[in-house]
Amino acid sequence: MPECAFAPWTDPGAEPLIRFRNVTKRFGDFTAVRDLTLDIYEHEFFALLGPSGCGKTTMMRMLAGFETPSSGHIELAGQNIVPVPPNKRAVNMMFQSYALFPHLNVWDNIAFGLKRDGMPKDALRERVAEMLKLTHLERFARRKPHQISGGQRQRVALARSLAKAPKLLLLDEPMGALDKKLRQETQFELMDIQEKTGTTFVIVTHDQEEAMTVASRVAVMDEGELIQVATPSAIYEAPNCVYVADFIGDVNIIEGAAHRAGEDRYTVHWADGQAPLMAASDKAFSPAQNAFLAIRPEKVLVTAERPADAVNAIQGRIHDIAYLGNISTYHVEVAGGRMLKAQTANTRRIENRGFTWENRVWLSWDSTAGVLLER
Amino acid sequence: MRRVFIIAVPYLWLLALFLIPFAIVLKISLSDVAMARPPYLPQFSWEAGWGAFLSQLDFENFTFLTTDDLYWKAYLSSLQIAATSTLLTLLIGYPIAYAMARAPDEWRATLMMLVILPFWTSFLIRVYSWMGILSQEGYLNQLLLGLGVISEPLIILNTKVAVYIGIVYTYIPFMILPIYAALHRLDSSLIEAAEDLGCSRAKAFWLITVPLSRNGIIAGCFLVFIPTLGEFVIPSLLGGSGTLMIGKVLWEEFFNNRDWPVASAVAVVLVLILIIPIVLFQQNQQKQNEAQS
Repeated sequence: MPECAFAPWTDPGAEPLIRFRNVTKRFGDFTAVRDLTLDIYEHEFFALLGPSGCGKTTMMRMLAGFETPSSGHIELAGQNIVPVPPNKRAVNMMFQSYALFPHLNVWDNIAFGLKRDGMPKDALRERVAEMLKLTHLERFARRKPHQISGGQRQRVALARSLAKAPKLLLLDEPMGALDKKLRQETQFELMDIQEKTGTTFVIVTHDQEEAMTVASRVAVMDEGELIQVATPSAIYEAPNCVYVADFIGDVNIIEGAAHRAGEDRYTVHWADGQAPLMAASDKAFSPAQNAFLAIRPEKVLVTAERPADAVNAIQGRIHDIAYLGNISTYHVEVAGGRMLKAQTANTRRIENRGFTWENRVWLSWDSTAGVLLER
Repeated sequence: MRRVFIIAVPYLWLLALFLIPFAIVLKISLSDVAMARPPYLPQFSWEAGWGAFLSQLDFENFTFLTTDDLYWKAYLSSLQIAATSTLLTLLIGYPIAYAMARAPDEWRATLMMLVILPFWTSFLIRVYSWMGILSQEGYLNQLLLGLGVISEPLIILNTKVAVYIGIVYTYIPFMILPIYAALHRLDSSLIEAAEDLGCSRAKAFWLITVPLSRNGIIAGCFLVFIPTLGEFVIPSLLGGSGTLMIGKVLWEEFFNNRDWPVASAVAVVLVLILIIPIVLFQQNQQKQNEAQS
């Protein structure tokens, strides 16, 4: 990683903006968040990612002040904010439903928080104009929320939550209600705005692609616990468990017994009568320990002949081809009826493809292409 | 054809049960009192024809209403009682509707049932029961005396206070239901958003909850105000002779004085007064429908 990259989490001297310390939240006998400790740094775009019910929304609501932790504490800029009510926190939230006030027009919606602070009229007008400009809403200032489109409403919600220049902005599934194309545009717009304003963003999402696109770091959550907190590329390339590997993108998981085969190298015996697979790993595995080899489909090569220098090669039969235009995904049946996925870019026209359904092909990959996981 | 039929039914209903009776009342209000059966003249007869019949009608009953200050005082007092009790009903009904809208889902049906439950017994019986509660030997006084809160029985029955109690009690469901409907629709994240942007709980209530339940408040107020203005049973049973309300005057003109023409004139003026709030109410409903569509 280059020196100039933004990575305060690698700097032991950096003071985090938000600090969750052993935070637990229970609703009745349901534990939404379990003994969770997490640091989020200033200027970060931090994504909480997980399936519904994993506790990510509860985390966000605790940051906003709508829920109090059952135990543990939360610090914002060194100050414990657990006893501080939501209206006294330098934290603003953009709601999933946008929660725009239907009886107020766009301008008044954006000005709402500023008026509560008793901002002088001129400064207020200036600030609202600035927000309208930032979100390209100048022309809609006098419209009511029901008179504008979904995408515009989303931007009003963003402008309103940014207007008070909070230390921390919380975004609860901010793009959940937008269609795919608009969502992708908005993701880049959101990153732009985050860079321009320098605000720390914490986003909650169940969409892994969205988290990967916008975030500087992603926390994958499940059942109230953090499974892995890392940069998007680390999460993708080096997941720390099968759950994360499987949750982020597409993956082949091959289970087998790992045996040490030299420094940082293991062989994985995955099926009887098949050559063991070679995988590099700096983790220590005891002899014959059960392990999971995770390989991304795009790292698997599909060829008609066995490549001469291949470290790992498995023969199989093409069961299915999913043609996606730019890429094709091959579902290949290998020994023991196991199905492996391989992805190739369609650099040639489809009729020039060397193989088709039912053909026997070779799948091959390098020893460093996959990740060997314990669980 | 079907559409014409569907539209025609309510209009025919309105014509037969409101417009025609109202035309008859209007006609009686223009007639003269007489010792006859029915007790007014002229009666329409085919021999005399329309011309002679219409020429006998005049506005002297309406002029009579302006000569006796009993009538305008009764109208004014009715307006005042209706306005005060509408305000009281709002002040009591709003918190109830608010609590209902905030109650857990599994409670709502029960709470709604409790609001509607009084309609299952006769209105008259319920008002009579209030006489039993509010009279000097009534349950309320017995309870308060028993608890030692008061040493002398309170005089509530046959005062305006009893009328207010009766009206608020009777009409509160009409206030609660439209306000509840408005509050029920209110997205709770709006309140959270207001708090998030720096509002205290109370401020969020004034700036968000109240404006967004405005239509419910207006509807509830009209639904209470309009029938209360012409209310007869409650003031005559609970208000005693001291309470002047136009409904009571109307009844006395009809049944004690047997002066149908003057009574009809009183009724016609009451309808004219009521047209103003009814039109305003209609406009509010229309605006609400437009805002929702």
